[in-house]
Amino acid sequence: MAEDPKTATAGSPFGKPQVRIDGRAKVTGRALYPSDEPVGNPAYAFLLTSAIARGRIRRFDLGEARAVEGVLDILTHETAGGEAKPPEMQSGGKTTTTLESDRVWHDGQIIGVVVANSYEIAREAAFRVRVHYEKEAPSASFGSPGAEEEVREPGEHKDYRVGNADAELASAEVTVDGWYGTPTQHHNPIELFTTTCAWENGKLTIWEPSQFVYGLRGNVAGQLGIDPEDVRVVSRFVGGAFGSKGGATARTAWIAVAARRVNRPVKLVATRDQGFTIVTYRAETRHHLQLAATRDGRLTALRHEGWELTSRPSDYNVSGTETTARMYACPNILTKVNIVHADRNTPGFMRAPPDTPYMFPLECAMDELAARLGIDPIELRRINDTQTDPTNGQTFSSRHLMDCFDRGAERFGWSRRDPRPGSMSNGDWLVGLGCASAAYPSNIAATAARVSLRPDGHARVQIAAHDIGTGAYTVVAIMAADQLGLAPEQVTVEMGDSSLPPASLAAGSSHTATITHAVAKACGELRDRIARAATTSNNGPLAGRDPATLVLSAGRLTAPDGAAEPLVDAVKRLTPGALEVYAENIPKGLSPEAMETLYKGKPPMSRGQNREDVTAYAFGAQFVEVRVHSRTREIRVPRMVGAFASGRIVNPLTAHSQYMGGMIWGLGAALLEKTEIDPRHARYVNDNISEYHIPVNADVRRVEVIMIPETDRDVNPLGVKGIGEIGIVGVNAAIANAVFHATGKRIRQLPIRIEDLL
Amino acid sequence: MRPFSLETADDLAEALRLGAQENAAGAHVRAPMQYLAGGTNLLDLMKLDVMRPERLVNINGLQRQYGMIEADGAGLTLGALARMSAVADDPVVRRDYRVLSDALRLAASQQLRNMASLAGNVLQRTRCNYFRDTSWGACNKREPGSGCAAMEGVNRRLAVLGVSDRCIANYPGDFANALAALGAEVTVLDGAGGTRTLPFEELHRLPGDTPHIETNLKPGELITGFRVPAGPWTRRSLYLKIRDRESFDFALTSAAVALDLGDDGTVREARIGIGGLVAKPWRSHEAEAALRGRRLDEASAAEAAEAAFADAVVHSETAFKPELGRRTLVRALLEAARLTI
Ligand SMILES: Cc1cc2nc3c(=O)[nH]c(=O)nc-3n(C[C@H](O)[C@H](O)[C@H](O)COP(=O)(O)OP(=O)(O)OC[C@H]3O[C@@H](n4cnc5c(N)ncnc54)[C@H](O)[C@@H]3O)c2cc1C
Ligand code: SF4
Repeated sequence: MAEDPKTATAGSPFGKPQVRIDGRAKVTGRALYPSDEPVGNPAYAFLLTSAIARGRIRRFDLGEARAVEGVLDILTHETAGGEAKPPEMQSGGKTTTTLESDRVWHDGQIIGVVVANSYEIAREAAFRVRVHYEKEAPSASFGSPGAEEEVREPGEHKDYRVGNADAELASAEVTVDGWYGTPTQHHNPIELFTTTCAWENGKLTIWEPSQFVYGLRGNVAGQLGIDPEDVRVVSRFVGGAFGSKGGATARTAWIAVAARRVNRPVKLVATRDQGFTIVTYRAETRHHLQLAATRDGRLTALRHEGWELTSRPSDYNVSGTETTARMYACPNILTKVNIVHADRNTPGFMRAPPDTPYMFPLECAMDELAARLGIDPIELRRINDTQTDPTNGQTFSSRHLMDCFDRGAERFGWSRRDPRPGSMSNGDWLVGLGCASAAYPSNIAATAARVSLRPDGHARVQIAAHDIGTGAYTVVAIMAADQLGLAPEQVTVEMGDSSLPPASLAAGSSHTATITHAVAKACGELRDRIARAATTSNNGPLAGRDPATLVLSAGRLTAPDGAAEPLVDAVKRLTPGALEVYAENIPKGLSPEAMETLYKGKPPMSRGQNREDVTAYAFGAQFVEVRVHSRTREIRVPRMVGAFASGRIVNPLTAHSQYMGGMIWGLGAALLEKTEIDPRHARYVNDNISEYHIPVNADVRRVEVIMIPETDRDVNPLGVKGIGEIGIVGVNAAIANAVFHATGKRIRQLPIRIEDLL
Repeated sequence: MRPFSLETADDLAEALRLGAQENAAGAHVRAPMQYLAGGTNLLDLMKLDVMRPERLVNINGLQRQYGMIEADGAGLTLGALARMSAVADDPVVRRDYRVLSDALRLAASQQLRNMASLAGNVLQRTRCNYFRDTSWGACNKREPGSGCAAMEGVNRRLAVLGVSDRCIANYPGDFANALAALGAEVTVLDGAGGTRTLPFEELHRLPGDTPHIETNLKPGELITGFRVPAGPWTRRSLYLKIRDRESFDFALTSAAVALDLGDDGTVREARIGIGGLVAKPWRSHEAEAALRGRRLDEASAAEAAEAAFADAVVHSETAFKPELGRRTLVRALLEAARLTI
């Protein structure tokens, strides 16, 4: 942390590539993912899920299933429906029910739980259950008979009306106007959705992969009507989450109920196809995007109207227009979002939930406008770049969008692009080059941490934070090492357990900023205690110095004049054991009740687009080369370059992986990913990873990441912006724009497939 | 998955004895006994509760006897238990029967190819999602007479050639289309030790009114191997597979082509297989006839492609497939003509 005078040291690991401290445990299989945690004598659960999307359960035939030897219990609405309530969703209010009643809200809804002595027995018994339904005609999607549309009310998310966009669109010199769509998508983390529950003396322990252990704790306590203090959630390692493990889902409470009923720990590993319907996913969206501009490329109006699909009871929707309204200088802005209810499971967060679908139409439309005006797409963005948030006149805490474009363009070789569509080729393949802007709000949440330091220079950090594969363990170690003048190897990190000090939801790219500030605060207080003791003691080399000027580094406490005391002695002065500090960090702009909120299991988050001092976003530029076969039209992506300015980078090694992973996901989202739904039955069809496609290695050729150094003193004290999600944003548009450049065809519905280009 | 017994056969006699069926009528895929080779298709379907055999007979012990890859002047002999990867990588197959090597190499993943046998590969069953998920009520292939959920559902990956009004499932494999194209034969033993040889093209059946009967194998019959006749076309051959992603994906369309060209580019003989969108492994005699004696160029290739897809039947999401199939075949023919052999 070179810029903090208290710790300005060349030896700090902050900002240097650091291998994961948990890497060895992971690759040697010693990292315990929740379903690996040993529990004594477990029983096994297999979920029964509905085969219809709408209706009621008239009756179960359980005889054949109960007769399978080793079956312990079968939970249905008739046998156990009253024993738990539905969870509270992170967003969007009410959700669908499961065993609470005979009602079926969506395909694949949990309607029962078979518990048996082994997984195989439970599965076999589940296959032998017959369910008799009273079917009703379901609505699958937008435009299906029975789907209900409503205009989103201002609440969780905002819409904007600046100037008069409609009037400007009606009279503008140049306009572009297009309808766009993005499909249903599922995260499919390789670690399946698992839950293990055990009761002991009325206290419940839950092992479940989670992005928010305090949230899950609070939720399950509420569902079961017990004290949150009697629930512990353990989630030390998470095998991919991407938003899918952020909110509590119904299964957890039912497994807890099952464990109570059979008086044994119960373990659930839901199947891959069940993962499509028992948790959340990315909602299908539609967009109408209109731009107006002058002939020299200045935007004069932006109108973005979105439609988002959700379940019958839920109002889940995302803040996509909050980003698109802020991307470019524009005097007339109108945004609007409509929520469409159908007989589907409730959607939720998936990597860059708002920005992935919403930036797609805007960035395609910008490309279309550039082509229309004969202006280079990068130059069009430069003409409309702004340091002022067009929705409220605030300045951006920092915005280096054009630096990203310039550095990226140079690396990518953008200047070699012939702008005429269809003009570039390589053998039998048409070549297309496309670009798009990326943006993601910089968020930060209230969080607590406990740090202890022993005289031998070993520190331990305890924080109920989450490493969902991002490298958060390592970030915590780096931060503590930086603050205490140690090496990362001298820091032990404990996370992913609700018996530790609470950390907020690992989502919204907030976690690194959130946990570094909490850890820094606890370490700072530790340092102050040591420094005060060192300066107020009668003897010792630092006696009488100003404690605020002392620096902890390389195992020493050092004064500006060079006088120093080994950390060992300084700590020993206070205790022969361990010094310990618990600290809570409440970021600027959040209320003092933030910690109480967090203890209750709700994430107290300051969002970059809602701040009243500055507007805080990270920015980036995406570049993609596509090849389209001139005859058979396969679309391949030999090259991607992403340049990002996201504040200070704690660990460039894991940051690189985050960006790259996001970009690769963007490739998949643009060309491959789509959950197919049967329009008559409102049921998912390709609910497996053989047919739900994500890129394989052969699809991913050169992927280059450029990290633009950025100092931002306003975003937060450490200048850390989130990077977990921005890597995916805009890739879909960059690919669509590249496909246009290769073929002259504008495809506005994702994924872009061979048949779109025939 | 339901309980089943597992027996292991170390030699042919034992395999046939264990495999002998009380009732040798009906479709082999529905028989209570199934041979277990690599298991990469069978065990999947059992876990999905689609196949519910009571007995499995593990025949991997027969690999010593029926794992051969042998070429001589008259042709290529491949054992039923040769692994996909071994055949794909065999230098002689690669040089002299490139279309076979290509078709295997472009299938599945390396891990699967290491496990999977040739006989298991040709007998793999459709990936139609409505077939593979028992929570769908209507599937004539799984439950005869129950209807076909795919007909007006999600069917982008299903067939347009050889379909019936009972079933539009595609045969998903690659290798079998190349075998069909090259006019291979398959050797089958019955429970009594009797041997029969049938043209590979006759191993699988069209769905017609009985999509649940997929092959002409009787329950308990064992495939021991394949014989691919040599011909001047097998060297100038390739398999072109068009798919959404670059690897580990079934074909949307594919073409297996083998050409014998005169010095002036005239087609003396052509062997053409079609895949991805076919109801069973497919040889297009029509396309072959359209090419024979013609100079291979864009126009003749396009005519052959027209002939190959003349009888295509499309459904809600497959309207694009005949066109993609034609383009695939044209591209494959032109690329094969350009090969240096
Ligand atoms: C994710 C995935 C992707 C795939 N992609 C492709 C692809 O792109 N292209 C492709 O072609 N394939 C693909 N496959 C299919 C794969 O090639 C087959 O699963 C494999 O070839 C089957 O061989 P096996 O030996 O494992 O068969 P098994 O599963 O053991 O057997 C399959 C069937 O054949 C029967 N059988 C096996 N041997 C004999 C015999 N000697 N005599 C009589 N009956 C026998 C069995 O009883 C069973 O009914 C893919 C599979 C998966 C899982
Ligand atoms: S296409 Fe065939 S396999 Fe698929 S649902 Fe219809 S009958 Fe079944």
